[in-house]
Amino acid sequence: MNRHLAQEIAFAVLTLMAMMVVIPVFWVIWIIVAKGSSAISWTFLTQMPHDGMTAGGILPAILGTFLLTAGTALVAIPIGIGGTIYLAEYARDTWLTRCIRLAIVNLAGIPSIVYGLFGLGLFVLFMKMGTSIMAGALTLGIMTLPVVISTAEEALRAVPTEFRTVNASLGGTRWQGIRMIVLPQALPGIITGVILGLLRAAGETAPILFTVAAFFLPVLPRSPFDQTMALPYHLYVISTQVPGMPEEIQYGTALVLLGIVLSMNVFASVIRSYYRRKRQW
Amino acid sequence: MLNNKSSAPKSISSFEFAIEAIIRVLGFSTIGFVLLIFLFLLKEGVPFFYKTDLINIFGTRWYPTFDLFGTLPLILGSVAITVVAVIMALPMGVATAVFIREIAPGWVREILKPMIETLAGIPSVVIGFFGMTVIAPMVRETLGVATGLTIFTGAVTLAYMALPTMISVAEDALDTVPKNYRDAALAMGATKWQTIRHVVLPAARSGISMAVMLGMGRAIGETMTVMMVTGNAARMPLGLDALFKPIRTMTATIAAEMGEVAGGSIHYHALFGIGIVLFVLTFFINLAAARAIFQKRRKGGLR
Repeated sequence: MNRHLAQEIAFAVLTLMAMMVVIPVFWVIWIIVAKGSSAISWTFLTQMPHDGMTAGGILPAILGTFLLTAGTALVAIPIGIGGTIYLAEYARDTWLTRCIRLAIVNLAGIPSIVYGLFGLGLFVLFMKMGTSIMAGALTLGIMTLPVVISTAEEALRAVPTEFRTVNASLGGTRWQGIRMIVLPQALPGIITGVILGLLRAAGETAPILFTVAAFFLPVLPRSPFDQTMALPYHLYVISTQVPGMPEEIQYGTALVLLGIVLSMNVFASVIRSYYRRKRQW
Repeated sequence: MLNNKSSAPKSISSFEFAIEAIIRVLGFSTIGFVLLIFLFLLKEGVPFFYKTDLINIFGTRWYPTFDLFGTLPLILGSVAITVVAVIMALPMGVATAVFIREIAPGWVREILKPMIETLAGIPSVVIGFFGMTVIAPMVRETLGVATGLTIFTGAVTLAYMALPTMISVAEDALDTVPKNYRDAALAMGATKWQTIRHVVLPAARSGISMAVMLGMGRAIGETMTVMMVTGNAARMPLGLDALFKPIRTMTATIAAEMGEVAGGSIHYHALFGIGIVLFVLTFFINLAAARAIFQKRRKGGLR
């Protein structure tokens, strides 16, 4: 066969395969928007569910997801950024550092349901927090760490070494250099990492199954030790556990969840590309 | 007075000492978390292995209400669905990576990359919901099978969930192939495709096998999607026709049953026991793939 013809055919196949990866993404989003948008109304977003969740709104689930995400941020941001600073600025290439990196890779690879078991074993039962926002936020926070650390470390490493050298030559200490120069320069990258981690936490269901989630709880949580409904778990419940659920509400819930997660995704990439263009070095 | 002068810098350094100590502790905390997770899985899961006899554990029947804890159908269920998903995802993932890195013009790349990132961002419960309401009925009608909730349906959705990871690792593998290799092949008169096929891909082979490992790790640990689209019947996936029958995975078993089980019962310990199996499996998969990730980190980022 003519080798140029072979190239034409091969490239056509590769293009087709790439389209097969991307087109379903549009398809999923399109179907959920098309079938879910009719459910979205002020009532749907701000009311309690009633009639066995087949009517009313999903306010407690939305609020629950926001509270959980905020709690996750409180756990993941200090630990994640501290860990990142250590890895990027302090750690030398020893076997211990390699252990830390291996631990991060492993945290990233542990199945989400195993995080759920861990949260149940440690926070809910052993530390006696009960199924609560607190237990869920701690579980999700630990799960989020590897995403935060790997993205933030990239941002810290991107800050040129000269900046640190200049700081030292002016008599600044290592911490002053980090605090005054490296962190401010790396901030957009760190924020991107935090958002990417949090959006993953916001969409997760398995880790909150036994640590936070309430099947049906038409009151708003009052303290970190309350249970709460959450959007991903609510979507699971109304699509598998409740017979005779109106399709509109299912798709509407999916749309709200997808909307929150994808807008965080867009926000993260906007920040990233904006600062990458603005950056002077 | 003299004292005062010398104590000023000293107070700064003790403040810094404290800060650096905290940072050091936080740096090592990730190791602590991994150990803590393993410890608590062991604490709750190990009783299963000495309270239940081995014949039962490795049996083929999982009926906790009758004290039958045969984990074999669950393990095989996870393995079957992971293998099928990776077989589907591998050609698509490698092809897409090659397309993005070697063929696509810049503007196409600018569209493809964010779409793949979007795919990575869709919550698994949303993909599960979509698989249940849209893909499963399609599978049932086109194939004329009893239910659309099958290994096949689960593997299709899992393949798409594993793709973003596989594509980005495969892309980096292609990226590490030295430019000289390509130039040399092209200078010998090879076409661009011949270069990709016979030079670039073989040189990127080890990186691509890492992509497969990571995709496997992603697929075997996925919970919500498989729970929603595979029908959750704990049966042995034997024979080719099992592909179009329901199955149940380890992850889905934990997720579906933990809510209803009495704390401290054998069933409760059994679910943690499955958790140990999952932890150990993914640990070794990631250990094997760690090399790819370390190479990746040197050039930056998991995404």
